[in-house]
Amino acid sequence: MAIPQLLVHDKSDNVGVVVVEDLHAGTEMLCVVTEDNSDFRLVAEQDVPIGHKIALSDLAPDDTVVKYGEDIGRIVEAVTMGGHVHVHNLKTKRW
Amino acid sequence: MSANNTFMGYRRENGRVGVRNYVAILPLDDISNAACEAVANNIQGTMALPHAYGRLQFGEDLDLHFRTMIGTGSNPNVAACVVIGIEPVWTQQVVEGIAATGKPVAGFAIEKNGDITTIAEASRKAKEFVHWATERQREECDISDLWVSTKCGESDTTSGIGSNPTVGNMYDKLIPKGICGVFGETSELTGAEHLCAKRAASPEVGEKFMKTFQAYQDEVIEAHKTTDLSDSQPTKGNIEGGLSTIEEKAFGNLEKIGKNVSFIDVLGPAEEPAKGPGLYFMDSSSAAAECVTLMAAGGFVVHAFPTGQGNIIGNPILPVVKITANPRTMRTMSEHIDVDVTGILTRELTMDQAGDKLIDMIVKTSNGRMTAAEALGHKEFVMTKLYRSA
Repeated sequence: MAIPQLLVHDKSDNVGVVVVEDLHAGTEMLCVVTEDNSDFRLVAEQDVPIGHKIALSDLAPDDTVVKYGEDIGRIVEAVTMGGHVHVHNLKTKRW
Repeated sequence: MSANNTFMGYRRENGRVGVRNYVAILPLDDISNAACEAVANNIQGTMALPHAYGRLQFGEDLDLHFRTMIGTGSNPNVAACVVIGIEPVWTQQVVEGIAATGKPVAGFAIEKNGDITTIAEASRKAKEFVHWATERQREECDISDLWVSTKCGESDTTSGIGSNPTVGNMYDKLIPKGICGVFGETSELTGAEHLCAKRAASPEVGEKFMKTFQAYQDEVIEAHKTTDLSDSQPTKGNIEGGLSTIEEKAFGNLEKIGKNVSFIDVLGPAEEPAKGPGLYFMDSSSAAAECVTLMAAGGFVVHAFPTGQGNIIGNPILPVVKITANPRTMRTMSEHIDVDVTGILTRELTMDQAGDKLIDMIVKTSNGRMTAAEALGHKEFVMTKLYRSA
């Protein structure tokens, strides 16, 4: 099996995690859902460091970000499919 | 499934089994550190455990201080213990607590003696203890005699994908074999507390967990936070590693308790499990050294520590086994890592194989293999303090 660039925990997640170093914009990533080993392709919009998240669909302000099939916070700045999701556009709902 | 049904440990007077054989020189208070360090310098094979507290504490905070002191001395990884304090009353209280395990322990007070006389007398006793301890032999013990704690640190998203579920897989396999396990980090379950409560063995235990969680939120977080905690939770290291929110960190954190086991009780900080084999939750800070010190005082003898960005923590009496799935951490700081599970990210290592790899290392460590943290001299002994002293 080819080595994936992006891992997704759960079918219902709208973000995945970059698991390789030096991922560059324009790369067509092999994305694997660890829950059932299904895979799909997605183009990275930006250079994204290992461990950081990429949006699997367009996300608008106040959309809930889902990872592990669970609510991990809300979008505060729009991000398009393949874009970098982190503290600049994702905020906790707790504090 | 790996065999690993036995290991070679030190069976103590109270039936518990240790995987190390220390003679600890334990200061009751901050001002007795110097005498303890002098004794450890005089007598080879002993170890001083200096710390910052022990004076003018009161109430629940003082109870925790005593529980941590007594628990540390009572840990089965400690063969024998010398306690030194400024005055005899509290010193004796710690000595008696440790003596309940049946192990050799002696206390020395500095008042009316001074450092030099105290150090001379304590050194003679420590030397006696070293001879006694080094006559102990390892014997074959059932895997169920192991008490394995866990807490993660410098986590990133690879922790939630790889190293934390590796620990979970280990618990899913070893808890049914009769070991005791413990997880904690009360604040770092924020956002996943409802899922955690569902992992309690009964509604009563779940309620006890939620009460503990809420008390921490109200008394510690809400009472002291400024605008929010996003500067500290997630930490700068977490954020560098790709974790964006406390909720994301919490769901990753919870991966450490596996898929099948449920926790059977909620422990106070440094409290020893009393309901037999199984998984426990311990109310604790999420700061690594504080949390691991509390778990050691609770009687745990091996610690599984998953890390993403590379936390380097160790503990003086509790061997800390480090696990990472992050290839950058493996490339840049491999001297700190005992178990490499980077293969989970490349899909070359299954979770089942990763769990077995960790169990192998836990058994090797229990048999006497030094961990990376032990070889590098990490001995972070950090007491938890609940509030200001009187």
